[in-house]
Amino acid sequence: MDPGTERIAAMKTFMLGWEFPPYISGGLGTACYGLTKAMDKLGIKVTFVLPRGTGNPVGSVKTIGTSDIRTAAQSEQFTNTKFHVISSKLKPYASVGSHEHNYSSGKILLEIDDTGPMLSPDNYTGDILTAVSQYAEKAMLIAGAEDFDVVHAHDWMTYPAGEAVSRQNHKPLVVHVHSTEFDRSGKHVNQTVYDIERMGMHAASKVIAVSNLTKETIVKHYGIPQAKVEVVYNAVEHNGDGVCRIPAEKKDKIVLFLGRITMQKGPEYFLAAAKKVLQVIDNVKFVMAGSGDMMHKIIELAASMGIGNKVLFTGFLSGEDVNRAFKMADLYVMPSVSEPFGISSLEAMDQNVPVLMSKQSGISEVVTHALKVDFWDIDEMANKMTAVLKRPQLKTTLGKNGFHESYRFKWEDSAAKVKSIYEEVIEQAKSKEKI
Amino acid sequence: MASVCFYFQVHQPQRLRHYTIFDHSDNYLDDYKNAEICRKVANKCYLPANRLMLELIRKHKRKFKISYSITGVLLEQLEKFAPDVLTTFKQLADTGCVEFLGETYHHSLAFLYSKDEFIDQVKAHRRTIKQLFGQTPRIFRNTELIYNNGLPPIIDQIGGFDAIITEGADHILGYRNANFVYRPPTSTKLKLLLKNYRLSDDIAFRFSNRDWGQWPLTAEKFAAWINNVNGCGNVVNLFMDYETFGEHQWEDTGIFNFLRHLPQAILRHPDNNFKTPSEVIRSYPPVDIVDVPHTISWADIERDLSAWRGNSMQENALAELYRLEGKVKDTENPGIIDIWRRLQTSDHFYYMCTKWFSDGDVHKYFNHYNSPYDAYINYMNVLDNLDSCCSEAILKKPQRVYELSA
Repeated sequence: MDPGTERIAAMKTFMLGWEFPPYISGGLGTACYGLTKAMDKLGIKVTFVLPRGTGNPVGSVKTIGTSDIRTAAQSEQFTNTKFHVISSKLKPYASVGSHEHNYSSGKILLEIDDTGPMLSPDNYTGDILTAVSQYAEKAMLIAGAEDFDVVHAHDWMTYPAGEAVSRQNHKPLVVHVHSTEFDRSGKHVNQTVYDIERMGMHAASKVIAVSNLTKETIVKHYGIPQAKVEVVYNAVEHNGDGVCRIPAEKKDKIVLFLGRITMQKGPEYFLAAAKKVLQVIDNVKFVMAGSGDMMHKIIELAASMGIGNKVLFTGFLSGEDVNRAFKMADLYVMPSVSEPFGISSLEAMDQNVPVLMSKQSGISEVVTHALKVDFWDIDEMANKMTAVLKRPQLKTTLGKNGFHESYRFKWEDSAAKVKSIYEEVIEQAKSKEKI
Repeated sequence: MASVCFYFQVHQPQRLRHYTIFDHSDNYLDDYKNAEICRKVANKCYLPANRLMLELIRKHKRKFKISYSITGVLLEQLEKFAPDVLTTFKQLADTGCVEFLGETYHHSLAFLYSKDEFIDQVKAHRRTIKQLFGQTPRIFRNTELIYNNGLPPIIDQIGGFDAIITEGADHILGYRNANFVYRPPTSTKLKLLLKNYRLSDDIAFRFSNRDWGQWPLTAEKFAAWINNVNGCGNVVNLFMDYETFGEHQWEDTGIFNFLRHLPQAILRHPDNNFKTPSEVIRSYPPVDIVDVPHTISWADIERDLSAWRGNSMQENALAELYRLEGKVKDTENPGIIDIWRRLQTSDHFYYMCTKWFSDGDVHKYFNHYNSPYDAYINYMNVLDNLDSCCSEAILKKPQRVYELSA
């Protein structure tokens, strides 16, 4: 073993997350999983702390209760990673029916996502800010008994914990921005959440952004110097085989929307474009897979637009159901108003499905074999949807080239970049100590 | 004895406007963009290059000779947007040192899809050149130097041509080189002039490339390479886009200065001279037959058709375009036939090319669409509309009354 690899093998990170399969409702969990698995492969020792209600998750990853700290080595996927699950009331996204919550007061009441996976409802009530600080306290307790070189916090709910652990253990902090309050809430930014995000970014030695789009927001709205922000793109776990399984002559074409049905994801633009497509093509169905605070509104909107019979709602999908949804789709549309990255587009490409993505997404910076449109440009969105549905040559060329392009995105590469960022901040911290 | 034979391709497509499936207008062209690009290229390339050529011909007392192939679609745009360029081309024609070549009026791929249409376009181009420059083209160059053994018999059938210009691709020449006159196996009269792609590309592509071992390229250095041909060839065919001067290679690369000094550097050697393509075939007999069973072109490394027919979108767009031929001509509507011909310009299909797309190379530089997919979507929307225009026009056409004889 050369000295380089020895040093890598010795690197230890204390990671603070809020989502991890099978508890996921969005891209964050997918990203944490992919990145951690790849870092594990690179030989980095990861201690992953998760806020979770107790429950019985299903899936390949063993999650463990607070009092029962064990390594997750039993899971074949991870050899260098151990998980700590803190019982907590944290939940990353607002869900169906939770639009009553009082955002402006800084109190975010969370309810159970009734279509989400495996969680008992009574775990999800209460004040989120209290939960955030409780999570921080518990994380500090765990950190006190752990040995590591760097603290890595994923998104705002873990920043207070990250900052506290970093201060307690005298280890540099890296915050990883998967989304900002500006992406999630548009113009109606929650000041408390913004303050936490800003505090975390300023406390960190380095800020990781999932795209240049997100980096711009961080620099512009949070006052972080350009040089402190590194872009590490997300990737995709490759499950597809490049074979198109949609029979050429099925009765109805399918256009898929897959994601949380919230303002950020642009579901109403999807519907407006669908309505236009239906003016020129009849044999098409629009499938909206996902749940979210705008779900009821969107169902009503589809009905009032007179296209209720053409728009189908599946509720929240996970795991194999997601792949199944992609496999039946002729086109995947991601009309997000603000999308820091957009892993789901890569997942669609990996399944040979043509993608129409909004230009307001991080992924559109780096992908070439996809159709792109401004989320507000309904005419152009409908124009491009129609083209894919009408022209098999467009669909196959996009599908084939997109599949190949998705292989340029590997979690191993993202993990390697994160590793080099760790090395930099550890080096920085050491030279500060000497002074 | 080495003769230098310059041929410059002069072409700008007529770009389509943004056209969605919801559009119904029969106005497909982006006149604003076309005018803008035409003026830009005129100022950066056509005007300064034409003036320089005039100056060089006068300075070298008619010993400097060149040839041009100018497409009909560009000539129309010059007339509308840059008439001063047309004037300088006419001045060049009047020097007697400039030959104008024949090609398809619409810079089309008709040779590959419709012989009748191809012949019509070649004849239309010939009429236009005669009318504007007082010369009848006697040398033929097909769009993008696309060529195979099938071309000479059709050119023979049209008549009036003495030679065809194409790419000196290695795989058709084998051990031979491009510096001789050849002839095809499929015609007894026609001769072939083959592009010396190494020396041509040294100017057209590598001139400003600082990573190239020969950078910077001076007129003296290039003349020395021409002198080296003496003894192993009769003619060096330097064929390139005219936009090389000032547009592909910007003025600040020194390309105009290079050109300004090149004739004198080449003529310094007593055995060298400049000839037009017609003079070349009068001076040198063909030395051998060149067999080209598979189609070649001058594009990219592959020198094949993959830039226009490399993916299924391109194949589909071309097939649909020529499938409409019968219907378009049935309308007998000059406006419809005219716009259908404009849709044949090869650039429309080049924009849909996906090879190397991710690398952001030359294909992207010439593409005003954001992606090849956008180019295809736009083109097919236009074609769809043209199709329905045809249907309407045929319905409206006055019905001929046929009397039934008993």
